[in-house]
Amino acid sequence: MSYSSPVRQEYEVVLEPLLSVPLERELPLGQRLWQQGWVRKGLILILLAVIWELVARYQDNDLLLPSFLQTASALYDGLISGELLSKVTISLVVLLKGYLIGIVLAFALTTLAVSTQFGRDLLSTLTSMFNPLPAIALLPLALLWFGLGQNSLIFVLVHSVLWALALNTYAGFLGVSETQRMAGRNYGLKGIRFVLFILIPAALPSILAGLKIGWAFAWRTLIAAELVFGATSGKGGLGWYIFQNRNELYTDKVFAGLAVVILIGLLVENLVFDTLERVTVKRWGMQR
Amino acid sequence: MNASVQGHAASYLTANVPALLSVDHVSLEYRPPQRVVRATHQVSFEIDPADRFILLGPSGCGKSTLLKAVAGFIEPCEGQIRLQGQPVTAPGPDRMVVFQEFDQLPPWKTVKQNVMFPLLASKTLNRRDAQERALHYLDKVGLAAFADAYPHTLSGGMKARVAIARALAMQPKILLMDEPFAALDALTRRKMQEELLLLWEEVRFTLLFVTHSIEEALVVGNRILLLSPHPGRVRAEINCHQYNLHSLGGVDFQASARRIHRLLFDEDEALHTEQTLNFNDIRIAY
Repeated sequence: MSYSSPVRQEYEVVLEPLLSVPLERELPLGQRLWQQGWVRKGLILILLAVIWELVARYQDNDLLLPSFLQTASALYDGLISGELLSKVTISLVVLLKGYLIGIVLAFALTTLAVSTQFGRDLLSTLTSMFNPLPAIALLPLALLWFGLGQNSLIFVLVHSVLWALALNTYAGFLGVSETQRMAGRNYGLKGIRFVLFILIPAALPSILAGLKIGWAFAWRTLIAAELVFGATSGKGGLGWYIFQNRNELYTDKVFAGLAVVILIGLLVENLVFDTLERVTVKRWGMQR
Repeated sequence: MNASVQGHAASYLTANVPALLSVDHVSLEYRPPQRVVRATHQVSFEIDPADRFILLGPSGCGKSTLLKAVAGFIEPCEGQIRLQGQPVTAPGPDRMVVFQEFDQLPPWKTVKQNVMFPLLASKTLNRRDAQERALHYLDKVGLAAFADAYPHTLSGGMKARVAIARALAMQPKILLMDEPFAALDALTRRKMQEELLLLWEEVRFTLLFVTHSIEEALVVGNRILLLSPHPGRVRAEINCHQYNLHSLGGVDFQASARRIHRLLFDEDEALHTEQTLNFNDIRIAY
């Protein structure tokens, strides 16, 4: 027996413009606030500070663990007296110099790597040799070569930025789709203009990731170098401030110094890099 | 040998007007690791100004490779490609390509900047003139309102329109389209074919169009070059200037489609002989 479905009645509907339901509506205030990243992150920070304060009160030993409020007041004093600010400036100037030189070298190396076979081999050999080498391990050598001063710090900073950024940038260049490459070549773009107009913007998500990693590596290396070798440049930076105050058992100032390291890290991550991402890769729909 | 016969026929027909693009006994190879694979073998054809020339063949017949060779991305291992008598050696903005993939539009540029990009990159125009021309061609493809949108906010059909506007704005000697509508849904594809034909009526550009759809070939083109399955060799060249979107489903149209189908897949010839007799301008490479 064959089964066939019953034939239903056909119909047509005349549609009036839809006016009774609003096409867009705003989310409630609470949800809109929660959508803001800084609100959520701020809450996390406040929560951490409260836990810290509670643990410190319970511990009740200023020498081992000063409370959040004590650290905050030490930080405030340091900032008011200008001591902390001048240390931060010294550190940041050295850091930026090393960071920028590292970026320039990384781009030169990766540009060479995408254009020639020799450059490719050079990059892969150098990164596999030097990337695993901790920058701080090079400092004794740098001190020997460049003497006690900014230059040896810049040398180790460049070392810590260069390889991480070059690796990421190169991986980003390799990931650029064949269609986009062909479109660029179709316009007659070649050599350095091809890298500037096609490869760099197309690989920007990877490059930004590399810049972030490079920044963190550089910051870490700098503080460590200052801690280990003290005032290499005659007047010490933030690491030296931490080291000095630990020697004099001003634990609250040590914490204030560490807090400044953390705060600068947070600021750069959330202001500089987030803004960069928002106006570039996120706006272009290349990254969520 | 076969192709030389075919080449002669082409030059005989177009003796009075020199061809815009001539592809002369071109063989192409591509290299997966450890091997060399022949994609096309001794293909010849000529394209005249304002032609809508279609490369049609089954998937893997080397039609896209052939288009990339005309664009200058691949060097032929034998034969020569000439554009207005000049050998093609490298990619250039006089042969703008519209690709199939949606990511052909750099996502970091707005629609308008995308259309301006080749004009500026090739130093054809200064910024002001480039902007003016970009807006003119965006208006032609109906996207003037989206000039400042980023590509990721557009639908597939709109992206294809931007790519076409970008290519036309360069006013290239020849426009190369590599299955530009293959990734679109059927309704959008039909609409894009219609718009492309309207644009052609208006601008009269020269088009080299790659497709694997017999129907699209008949609708869009005025001449079709049929390529055999891998490795691609010329199977036939067929005129189809008489068809447009309104011929879809017509008796003649169906007959042509069946004939192309037979030529492509080498079906039993005897069944269809009476239909092929209607066409007196067929050139088949035996």
